[in-house]
Order: sequence, then structure tokens, then C-alpha cells
Amino acid sequence: MTTLIFLQHYWWFIISLLGALLVLMLFVQGGQSMICELSATPDDMNMLVNSLGRKWELTFTTLVTFGGAFFASFPLFYSTSFGGACYVWMLILLVFVLQAVAYEYRRKPGNIFGARVYERFLLINGFLGPMLLGMALGTFFTGAPFTVDRLNIAEAGNPVISQWATPWHGLEVFAESTDWLLGLTLVFLSRTLAGHYFLNNIDDRTMRQRIAHQSIYNIVPLVFFVLMFLGTMVWGKGASYGYEEPAYITGEDFRYLHNFIEMPGLLVMLAAGLGLILGGSYVAWQRLDGRAIWFSGSGTVLFVLALMLSVGWNKTCYYVSTVDLQSSLNIGNSSSSEFTLRAMSWVSLLIPFVAAYIWYAWRVIDSKPITKAEIADDEHAY
Amino acid sequence: MNDILQTVDWSRAQFALTAIYHWLFVPLTLGLSVLCAIMETFYVRTCDPYWRITARFWMRLFGVNFAIGVATGLILEFEFGTNWSNYSYFVGDIFGAPLAIEGIMAFFLESTFIAVMFFGWDKVSRRFHLAATWLTAIGANLSALWILVANAWMQHPVGCTFNLETVRNEMTSFWEVLFSPVAINKFVHTVTSSFVLAALFVVGVSAWYLLRNRELLVARRSIAVASYFGLFFSLVAAMSGDRSGAVIARTQPMKLAAMEALYDGEQGAPLTVIGGFRPETQRRSGEEFYFKIDIPRLLSVMSFRDADAYVAGINDLVWGNPKHGIMSVSEKMRRGKVAVAELDRYRRARAERDRAAMNEIAAKFDPSTVEGETFLTEYFAYFGYGYLKAPTDAVPHIPLLFFSFRVMVGLGLLFIALFAALCWYAWHDVLSRDKCRWLLLAAVWSVPLAYAASQAGWIVAEVGRQPWAIQDMMPVGIAVSKLPSASVIVTFFIFLALFTGLLAAEIGIMMKQIQKGPDKR
Repeated sequence: MTTLIFLQHYWWFIISLLGALLVLMLFVQGGQSMICELSATPDDMNMLVNSLGRKWELTFTTLVTFGGAFFASFPLFYSTSFGGACYVWMLILLVFVLQAVAYEYRRKPGNIFGARVYERFLLINGFLGPMLLGMALGTFFTGAPFTVDRLNIAEAGNPVISQWATPWHGLEVFAESTDWLLGLTLVFLSRTLAGHYFLNNIDDRTMRQRIAHQSIYNIVPLVFFVLMFLGTMVWGKGASYGYEEPAYITGEDFRYLHNFIEMPGLLVMLAAGLGLILGGSYVAWQRLDGRAIWFSGSGTVLFVLALMLSVGWNKTCYYVSTVDLQSSLNIGNSSSSEFTLRAMSWVSLLIPFVAAYIWYAWRVIDSKPITKAEIADDEHAY
Repeated sequence: MNDILQTVDWSRAQFALTAIYHWLFVPLTLGLSVLCAIMETFYVRTCDPYWRITARFWMRLFGVNFAIGVATGLILEFEFGTNWSNYSYFVGDIFGAPLAIEGIMAFFLESTFIAVMFFGWDKVSRRFHLAATWLTAIGANLSALWILVANAWMQHPVGCTFNLETVRNEMTSFWEVLFSPVAINKFVHTVTSSFVLAALFVVGVSAWYLLRNRELLVARRSIAVASYFGLFFSLVAAMSGDRSGAVIARTQPMKLAAMEALYDGEQGAPLTVIGGFRPETQRRSGEEFYFKIDIPRLLSVMSFRDADAYVAGINDLVWGNPKHGIMSVSEKMRRGKVAVAELDRYRRARAERDRAAMNEIAAKFDPSTVEGETFLTEYFAYFGYGYLKAPTDAVPHIPLLFFSFRVMVGLGLLFIALFAALCWYAWHDVLSRDKCRWLLLAAVWSVPLAYAASQAGWIVAEVGRQPWAIQDMMPVGIAVSKLPSASVIVTFFIFLALFTGLLAAEIGIMMKQIQKGPDKR
């Protein structure tokens, strides 16, 4: 394996890990989608909002880093997907902008629109954030209608490297059932995770019972949509590329199934991830145990990591063109240069250090669960 | 105007809109985070509860401002992909790396410790809280470093080479990108001028309290800290601005000429303090202004540290000046078109699988051969010019640059004087509405002026780069995504409405919080 190929695999792993952590952090969105149904009083809602409000910036940062890392390591995907499927990405950005201000502004006097508008912003972001992100990530499995020709930059009449073949610019995802399935999976996964996070972070017996009762309404649809998505994915068609230069791309039935068979470690990871999510849900439902989030959180990371690795490793095209197979993107033809990947790899050595200080800071801040009294006293409460 | 030209203009407008809104919030975040950290340091060192009250008050305003800065920043990052697709691929190998490093190194630091800063007062020790506040400030300013390195590279691309196989520019030296003189100056100038804005915000709000005879202790302490801080950093900003001018004279001479509205180059060129432009149709050589006030030779001194140095004018740069070794834009366009044509020939040869032609062209792009080195330096270096339609396309908007530059510099000098006066009054402990009402009023009015200066600075930096997305390498017309103009127009107005609504909300909240004053609990 040459250094470049190793670095391409390494960076796909980093991207996959960031994607998995992003999905984990979507518990903030899941929690936002439940603030109304879990609140009996305004104090209840304040408690939920404040519990989530201490974490929203990390979700945001993970999203930004995920985008930045994709730009840096696989710029051709960044330019093709963002420039082509721009409507769906713009929608995602819009719903995240709404979230960014909602916490800080909701209860502040002078906010012009009133608290209810910002609560609506949280709800919109809570449902549409995971949904749209899931649908956009679904195109890793379903492909998209684009063509790529780098030398088009020299064509006087039409100097465009990546072109979208339809006028819908990303709205095609709404016509693709697999994308819906992944979107809905993320919605219910984020809600499940949010319930477990609340159990860990909120000290209010009534609220905790309400959360446990609510969890069944999330875990059942989650299991349904996960199984539907996995079924559709493994039965679906993918594309692979060869070792020759330039690498020829061929379509392949059951590509993702083959990947799990050829990389059994990923299959174990996927199954373990799903098992931990279900285990966490059982612990939360039966025992109201705050440790549920550790099971379901680590399960989520394993599950999404396995999915993401299965779509990019093993000579698989991670972004299949539905109109010109040879334009399909894989980690070999869309990555940055060896120099850049290597330079960034040195920086990536900071990631364990970053994870360590995040963990430490969280532990310090969350050492005592949130109470209504604490929020009433806090000058900076959301 | 055809659709692609409209797309280019609307994409520029959308990016400018997002950048302008983003830059309304970021400078305050950068500077106020450091000021909060300094005030909290005083609290930890003295255990004086009033320092705690003071620090917490400014943190509250910091929080309101921070959220919307984050929101607009997200849009900006992804607009590189959505609106500038060709750009994202053509230079993504270099440009993407600072963005990724920014996320890993800076954003996580900021977003993790900001939670401790806001919510950890009664949960962690005083020293740990202070460390969290400083780490938040460091994270915010580190993020500025990386995005400014990326921006500096667009102004002055270094540390890269063109790879024909991948048809893009690729990084060859990370350190050259990070430590380019443009990057260093840009970072120092941008961050220090942000500190100045934040210092003016603090003195402005505090002066308002003193004029109303309320929150006297908090206001006086805040003014004392912010005016020394502001004076120091406004002097650093002035020095780095001067240094930036000298760097621009070498790297972006057209930007300098346009900033100065210097049409014809001069030996011992004067610096125009202010002038009144004639309408474009009436501007003739030597008669561009109705009136102007010059300082003799100062532009030569500032640009080349030599009172007799020749400073190139717009006409020299557009039409060439062989006496001073300045190549005309038309010659650069000719050479750029040769480079584009070679690339197009390679495209056709590849389509026809003509190996011999491909190898012949590839040799021209190989920097390890003499032929390749010559072609890359003599022709490919002007690649971007190959897309220009006329030599005058290389000239940015002169009046906008001329006046923006003067607004920035003029206000910057005014702020130095204001800070110096405030320092004097703070030192003698005579800050009150009875003894320096005029100065306090000036401090209040300096807040909007600080924002005007800050925006003017970015207009100079970004409008001065036009028509280039990447200086000499890629004009904006080639960098753009192929989108229908109608869709960009729709998103432009959506963002305009959204950002304006959120800005109004932010101002409303800020006003209320300031009226409410510090929480004395």
C-alpha cells in the first residue's frame, strides 16, 4: 500500500469518525424536537432547553469541522456535492442558523420576535436538521446526478468542472426512498439519544419518568427505519473501481453487502453498534438509568462509523454518479494531494487531545445534574 | 447580461452579504473574549467581587454576540462549496487545509470552554474558570488565524504548484502558506483592529453609564482596562497596517494603485489625504480629482521605504511601462490564453487518446524540466489573465476603494487620539460626566464608527482583490458554480431577510442588556 493510498484511507476514517460523532451530537437536535412534548410547564421547558443549550455549540462545531475536513481531504466531493446539490445543503444551513441564535435569544428581553418564535426555531432545527443531514448523507448510498471533468476548466464556453445533470440541484433526495429512510433513522436516533442524555443530565423525577415513557415511541420507529434502511442498502447497487490508471469504475449489485462480507470487522462493528443502542434504550426504559447514554452513544458512533467506512473503503465509490458512472467519486480520485493529506495528518494527531479536554470539561460541567432551582439562579440561563 | 454573468454577480453579492454580516459580529467576539479574560484575571488576583461583576456583565454581552457570529460563519464556510464550486476544486488542496485545522484546533477549544465560561462560575474553581475564559479567547483568535491564512493565500498564492494530472494547484510548502508575509500581516492587522473595536465597544457602553451617572465603578474600571488595551492595540494595528501597505505594493500593486487612485505612476509619489473624484467619464490623465490634499513622497516611503521610489499607477499596470519593467495586462492576457489553450489542447488530446500529444503538453507543465519551468513561469503564472475579456477588467472599483481606505485610516487615527485621552483621564481618576462630558459622548459615538472602520477595512481587502478569486490565478467568473442565477437570487434574499431580522434581534437584546446593567448578585 503506497503512502498516498494509506493516507486516503486514513482520512476517510477521520471523515467517518467525524460523521459518526456528528450523528451522536445530533442528540441536541433530537432533544429540541421533544421540548414541547416533554414539557408540562414553562419551567420544564426551560430545564430541557438549558440542558441542551450547554451542548449545542459542540454539535455546531462538529458539523463545521466535518465540512472543513471534507473540503480539505476530498475537495472534489466538496465542490461537486455542495456546488451541485446546493438546494439541500442550503436548507441544512438555514435550519442550523435558526438554531444558533435560538438558545441565546429565546428568553432575552428585546429579542423582537418573542420566545415562541425561537422555540419554533428549535423545533424546526430539531426535526429538519437530522432529517436533511440524513437525506444528504443518504446520497453516499444512492448516488446523485452529476458529471465531473477537471479539464473542463480550459473549455472556453463552459469552464465548469462539476456539473449537475438536473435542474433540481439536490432536491432529488426527496424522490429517493433510501434517503428518506436514512433521514428518518437519524430523526428517531437523535430523539432516542436525547432521551438518554436528559436522563443523565436532568435531576427531576417527574421529567425522568416522562422521558422513559416517551422513549418507546422513538425506539420502535428507530428500529423499523434502521432495518428498512439496512435492507435497502445491502440489496442496493453500488460501484467499485480497479487498480489500473486511470481506474475504471464498474457498477456492482449488492456492493455494500459484499463490503460487509469482505470486511467482517465492519459487520461486527455495525451489529455491536445496533446492539448497544438497543441495550441503552432498554436500560433507559426499564431503570431510568442515566448511564444509558454511554451505551447508546458509543453504539451510535460504532454504527455510523461502520456505515461510513463500508461506503468509502474496499475500492468502493462513495459518491456514485447516476448519469455518468465514470464520474463517480471514490477516495482515490477525489482526495487531496499526498503532501496535504500528510500535513493534515500531523494535525489530526491533536484529535485525542481535543477529545480528552472535551471529556474533562463535560465531566466538570455535568458533575451535578441540572435542577429547576439552578436555572432560576443562573444569570446566563437560556 | 447572460445567466452565468448574473450568477457570478449574485454569488459575489451573496458572499459579500454573508461576509459583511459575519464581520459585524466576529471582531467583537475576538476582542471582547480577551477583555473578559483580562477582567476575570483581575478578579482572580484581587478577589474583588466587583471585578467578577464586571467580567460577568461583559460576558453576557459577549454571549449575545457570539451566537449570531457562529451562525453566519457556518454559511460562509459552506458557500465556498455551494457558490464557488470550481474554486473549491481548483485550490481545495491548499485552501481546505486551514479550514480543517481551524475546526480541529480552534473551534473545539472555543466551543468546549465557552460552556465552562458561561455556566461554570459556581461549578469549577476560580482558577479553572479563568483558564476556561482564556482558552475561549485563545480558541476564538486561533480560528481567526487559520481563516486569515486561507484568505491571505487568496491574496498572494504561495507554497503551491500546478499539477496537470489532477488539474489543480497543490500545496508544496505548508510553512510558506502559513508564514507568508501577507498572512502574518493580515492576521496581526485584523486581530488587533478587532481588539480596537471591542475596546471601543466597552468604552462606549461604559461612557454611556457614566453619562447617566450609574454603574460608576464597573464603568470606570471597564474604561480603564479597555482604553489601555485599545491604545496599545490601535498602535499595533497602525503599524501592521503600514506594513501591509508595503507588502501590498509588492504583491498586489493594482490594489495599492486603486486605493490611492494613482492613475499614473510617479517617482516620489505623494499620499493623497483626501480628494474629490470627478465622474468616471470626465477623468483624464492628471485631472482625476476636483481637488485633493497630498503629502509629498509619503506613498513612496510607505510602499518601498524610499522617498524616491517609483510607485506604479493604474495606467502603468494596465497598459504596461517598459521603462520600469511593468508588463501590460494585455501581454499577461496573451500569455494566460496560451496557458489555457495548452490545457484545452491536453483535454482534446486526452479525449482522442493521443498519447504523443499528451506527453508533449505534459512536459510543459513539468517543473523539474527547463522547458516546464519556463512555461510555468512565463505563461502559466498568468493563467487567470487568460479568462479576462479586456485589460481594464483587471482594475477594481476605484472610488469604493479610495474612500473605504480613507474611512479606515482616518477613523483609526481618531481612535488612537480617543484612547490616549481616555487613558489620561483614567490615569488621573477623573472620569465623570462633570469633568469630561465631551469625551464620554465621543466614546459613545465611537462605537458605530468602529464598525464602519472595520467594514471599510474588509472592503479594501476584498474589493481590492477583484476581479480575482485567487490573485492572478483564477478570476471570480471562473470560480463560480454553475447554478441558475434565479436560485442564487432567491438564497441571497432569504439570507438578507434572515440576517437582517437576526441583527435587529441582536441589537434589541444588546440594548436591553445594557439598559439592565450588570447583575450585582
